[in-house]
Amino acid sequence: MPAKGADVDIVVGGGIVGLSIAWRLSRSGRPVTVVDPAPASGASHAAAGMLAPVSEVTYTEEPLLRLGLAALRRWPSFATELAADAGLDAGTRPAANRLGGGGLDAGTGPAASDVGLDAGPEPANRLDEAGASAAVVSGLSEAARAGLDFRVDGTLAVAFGADDLAALGELAAFMEKLGLPVERLTGRECRRLEPMLAPSVRGGLLARGDAWVDPRRVTAALLTALDRLGVPIIRARVSELLRGGDQGDQVVGVRLAPSDRTPTPNRTPTPDGTAVPNQTATPDQTPTPDGTTVPQTVTPDRTVTPDRTITQDGTITQDRTTAPDQGPPLADIPAEIRGERVVLAAGAWSAGLADVPVRPVKGQIMRLRSPQPLLGRCVRGTVHGKSVYLVPRGDGELVVGATQEELGFDTRVTAGGLYELLRDAHELVPGVTELEIADVVAGLRPGTPDNVPLIGPSGTPGLVLATGHHRGGVLLAPLTAAILLGEESELAELCSPLRYRDIS
Amino acid sequence: MDDLLIAGEKFSSRLIMGTGGAPSLEVLDQALVASGTELTTVAMRRLDPGAPGSVLDVLRERGIKVLPNTAGCFTAGDAVLTARLAREALGTNWVKLEVIADERTLLPDPIETFDAAERLVADGFVVLPYIGDDPALARRLELAGCAAVMPLGAPIGSGLGIRNPHNIELIVEAASVPVILDAGIGTASDAALAMELGCDAVLLATAVTRAQRPEMMATAMRAAVQAGRLAHQAGRIPRRRYAEASSPTGP
Repeated sequence: MPAKGADVDIVVGGGIVGLSIAWRLSRSGRPVTVVDPAPASGASHAAAGMLAPVSEVTYTEEPLLRLGLAALRRWPSFATELAADAGLDAGTRPAANRLGGGGLDAGTGPAASDVGLDAGPEPANRLDEAGASAAVVSGLSEAARAGLDFRVDGTLAVAFGADDLAALGELAAFMEKLGLPVERLTGRECRRLEPMLAPSVRGGLLARGDAWVDPRRVTAALLTALDRLGVPIIRARVSELLRGGDQGDQVVGVRLAPSDRTPTPNRTPTPDGTAVPNQTATPDQTPTPDGTTVPQTVTPDRTVTPDRTITQDGTITQDRTTAPDQGPPLADIPAEIRGERVVLAAGAWSAGLADVPVRPVKGQIMRLRSPQPLLGRCVRGTVHGKSVYLVPRGDGELVVGATQEELGFDTRVTAGGLYELLRDAHELVPGVTELEIADVVAGLRPGTPDNVPLIGPSGTPGLVLATGHHRGGVLLAPLTAAILLGEESELAELCSPLRYRDIS
Repeated sequence: MDDLLIAGEKFSSRLIMGTGGAPSLEVLDQALVASGTELTTVAMRRLDPGAPGSVLDVLRERGIKVLPNTAGCFTAGDAVLTARLAREALGTNWVKLEVIADERTLLPDPIETFDAAERLVADGFVVLPYIGDDPALARRLELAGCAAVMPLGAPIGSGLGIRNPHNIELIVEAASVPVILDAGIGTASDAALAMELGCDAVLLATAVTRAQRPEMMATAMRAAVQAGRLAHQAGRIPRRRYAEASSPTGP
């Protein structure tokens, strides 16, 4: 039931982190309300969805590794329960649905669904990995695997040239010192696993336990699950946190921006349902604190997004998950909402609402599409010292990411950004140039000074933080919810906002 | 240690840092503090100086002077434009001029660099050009009005050290502006060698930011630059083929 009165948790932000928290809280019996002008349209919409704590290890970031490993362990049951709550079933084949039902290639060539997508890529490779990934896969339902495109096929980090290989070798030694399960492979072994890799690959590291998921499917499932649980999702922008209490030093709710009750993402739906950048969205526009500026989605070919429709208010719904909750009519949106706790999960926009050390880190990312998957697992590579990753989906989508730019709230997709992604991706997998460009997006990661998220009570009574997830929001979402539910006291310490004294 | 003087401005540290490659802002902050640097370069492309919480905030908080650079530029035109944008955004007319010839080696393009240097000097900039270890070019840039010259020890990020110490010595010998050894430093002894060769300062980034323990490496670099400077000023003994007894004789 819609939660009323003060005994409610208000989650500010409907990205993967906020929605996950709302879902877990509601499931545990707490009354919850989510506020977001355009749920699931920010960094979660851009993210590739790698659940790859092992292959992403870098020097000085062991705390992040601990969080990532714990989060990865939680993902299978999280996904399985989510798939059940959202009513996904094992027949939800992302591939068949998207390509077969959406009319991507209708009449223009061989039906994409005829090329063996259902068998998955390279059954032979799957056999030899079955043992290694069994630990992670156990507890993962077929509905979660199919409906969320949850894959546990590992990450292959590859190197080109002697320099990159040496750097990879040092990283491998570091990983082994940390007790991480990685295997060193020769160039030929890499190409046996992934035949589309360039012949010049010199060697690689295989992290078999790394997984990935389609974040757009996850947020869509979360919205459905929340709808089924009766959790209200108020599509409005929070203008500020309400202060109250005896000394006025508590957060007691949120104020909603009156002028923004009509969600105004800067893209305009076209009659055929694709999105184009809004003409009025100037590059320098300063977004509002809670994220009413959503990434601009450029869709070069208007037929490539058959699975998505843009509703009148600009939100995106995906196939199989009907728009779960369009929120109350706009007239019903209150001026403020009071609650027992406010959970700030507004990603890169969090610093506009509370004094938190969170900054936007821009990432440009592209989605390519081919009739059949080019790769069987995630591939990361360093090409002359620069890193790029490719994430394959079951339906032939290939995500190529991502730039890291410190440009404030700028979400322009630039020629240079895409050039660099494609240049490096092409070095890794020359065949990418044959693929169709399905989607290019710039999203804003919420960065913190130490790259570790801020999760838990802030210094202010009534204000709880769940922000600053930087590059790891998708991976860390289940763990974040668990921490807020008190299930991970040891790891909670690592991400406690209280490590920064100035937070309020 | 004596002060470093560039374009009339004094620095008590002779270690200039770069910011690229740090895993997080916090790690970068710790490394900068440990290095004792007072001047740090920041790539202006892909950076919005107005955005809060960026690397510029770290520098401002630590009172470190920002030296904007034109990394990523391939033409004199790009570099001049980037320098002007940086001047407008940061309110500094200092620029580390960097015009790259190709992405593979990241070696500086001497002709584009010289062209840009001339234009920037004419436009009132304090220009610190990044160049190859070419004594003739260094001399020409000084004559063109550059405030310092920044020859490389080895390609950017390579950590190969100083591949041609002789050329660095020739540049130092001829220069009457500061010579800053830029690029190629891999470890502390490389930085010490640069100073022993007579360089006035060392600029490095990757050697610290991509080290396994950046803060510790920054401390090492700071000490190495000091040691090298002192050794240079103290005057090393001549190299001899055979031993020379050090104890019994003498006054």
